[in-house]
Amino acid sequence: MSHIMIAILVSGGLFSFLAVIMVIADNTIADYGEVKITVNNDEELKVEGGKPLLKTLMEEDIFIPSACGGRGSCGLCKVKVNTDIGGYLPTETPWIEEEEQKENIRLSCQIKVKQDVEIEIPEEYLNVKEFETKVAGIRDLTHDIKEITLKLIEPETIEFKAGQFIQLRVPEYKLTDEPVYRAYSMASSPSRKNEIELEIRYVPEGICTTYAHNYLKEGDKVIINGPYGEFYLRDNDRDIIFIAGGSGMAPIKSIITFMAEENIQRKAKYFFGARSQKDLFLVDRMKEFEEKLSNFEFVPALSDPEENSNWEGETGLITEIVDKYLESGENKEAYLCGSPGMIKACVEVLTDNGIPDELIYFDEFG
Amino acid sequence: MNFLSAFAIFFAAIFTNNILLTNYLGMCSFLAVSRKVDTSVGLGLAVTFVMTFTSAINWLVYHFILTPLDLVYLRYIIFIVIIAAFVQLVEMIIERVSDILYASLGIFLPLITVNCSILGVSLFMVIRDYTFINSIAYGLGSGIGWFLAIIAMAGIREKMDRSRIPNGLEGAGIALIIAGIMAMAFVGFSGMLNLS
Repeated sequence: MSHIMIAILVSGGLFSFLAVIMVIADNTIADYGEVKITVNNDEELKVEGGKPLLKTLMEEDIFIPSACGGRGSCGLCKVKVNTDIGGYLPTETPWIEEEEQKENIRLSCQIKVKQDVEIEIPEEYLNVKEFETKVAGIRDLTHDIKEITLKLIEPETIEFKAGQFIQLRVPEYKLTDEPVYRAYSMASSPSRKNEIELEIRYVPEGICTTYAHNYLKEGDKVIINGPYGEFYLRDNDRDIIFIAGGSGMAPIKSIITFMAEENIQRKAKYFFGARSQKDLFLVDRMKEFEEKLSNFEFVPALSDPEENSNWEGETGLITEIVDKYLESGENKEAYLCGSPGMIKACVEVLTDNGIPDELIYFDEFG
Repeated sequence: MNFLSAFAIFFAAIFTNNILLTNYLGMCSFLAVSRKVDTSVGLGLAVTFVMTFTSAINWLVYHFILTPLDLVYLRYIIFIVIIAAFVQLVEMIIERVSDILYASLGIFLPLITVNCSILGVSLFMVIRDYTFINSIAYGLGSGIGWFLAIIAMAGIREKMDRSRIPNGLEGAGIALIIAGIMAMAFVGFSGMLNLS
């Protein structure tokens, strides 16, 4: 009995002794006190020093995109550090190109905040958060596009501008052995703060699209982060031209829903390109918007309508239809979302009609 | 406790009883960090430093606390905790004192907390009943031996980057084969003297 007591006392004593040393060390050697992080020459954060920059920023609710969670194995969490904080670490160099080294780009999960530092990050990161969500609904919009509704669990609400996107985390599964992130635009209005809708078109062998179409079930947990993007409705009184194809519907639908809710009665035309009837969706929703917004018109165009069908809408390539409807580019701005090829062709038509480049906003599928 | 036996142990730990190549301990960090010579130098130095000091501390704890109290069976857990605390402490100090030292050496310290060769050295020194001086010689020698093995490996792997390796053997596969061949070469030294 007494032997057991001695064993417990000795190991307990030794461990406590070491623990005390560690606590003392933590508060003396490793105590860097309060340090200041200046973000983009503007915001000043007072933080506890000594921890990795990525983690420190995360605690201040600034999310730098990172796929590996700070293990230094994805190389995504790059941040420009304008203060001299010492040389590059061996764990950083595999990820930072020589040109980036000249610009003081660092891997934020590897460097520690030990002094006052000035950093530069893209402005949009400042509003980015990570959300835990649950799949609340999945429905087919067409034969290859699904609408996925995610209910936010933690945090419970999201603030975004209509047209922005989030990154969806795809966990490890058959097609990927590490989590990957893919960007999708919100299709729902920003006023629905507790859930978001995404429209995901199936791409054969696509890591995220296969996951969303064949693996995701109602009730599943999904991690997202965001919002990101410069694609949102500018506040002015120009006439609006929307052009979208396929799941490019999503951000445009979000913007139009927002307009209907806020009663923004700007003159707007929405050209939606599809191959045939089976690729059209949400037509009834758009008709509803036409009733609510008297200056809004939805123009679906089919490039290849089914034979023997009584398609009464426009037929032809989306560029031809846009060109036909556009009388002049004066006092107009345009919002485009779709494949790179479609966007390139449409931007050409729009500039030819006199809409200046800087008033053409687009969201390209990567 | 003569000087000669300490030197023999030191020498044997480097060549004939190399902890990595004859006991195959410390393999994971050996394979993971041996891609470049300069990073292996940092890791090798860190291992040497930690091995030398932990074998000394663990010897004192073993002989002045565990043996008198008849608690030697606790050595595994006690040694591990002491190694972990020591490594943590050294990392904190290096990080505070020198950025250059931290960048070249300190960054590897968390890696070797769980390096089995460090615990292996402490356990062998107990099993073989070394004196204090011999233990330090053994720790230092094992560290240098490990250091030698990893820079040899890194040198070979740097050359290997430019050679064609059969599919399926790339990465850890070929590294293990090379480690095996190196081990055979080191076995050749064992005729000189042997530790048991």
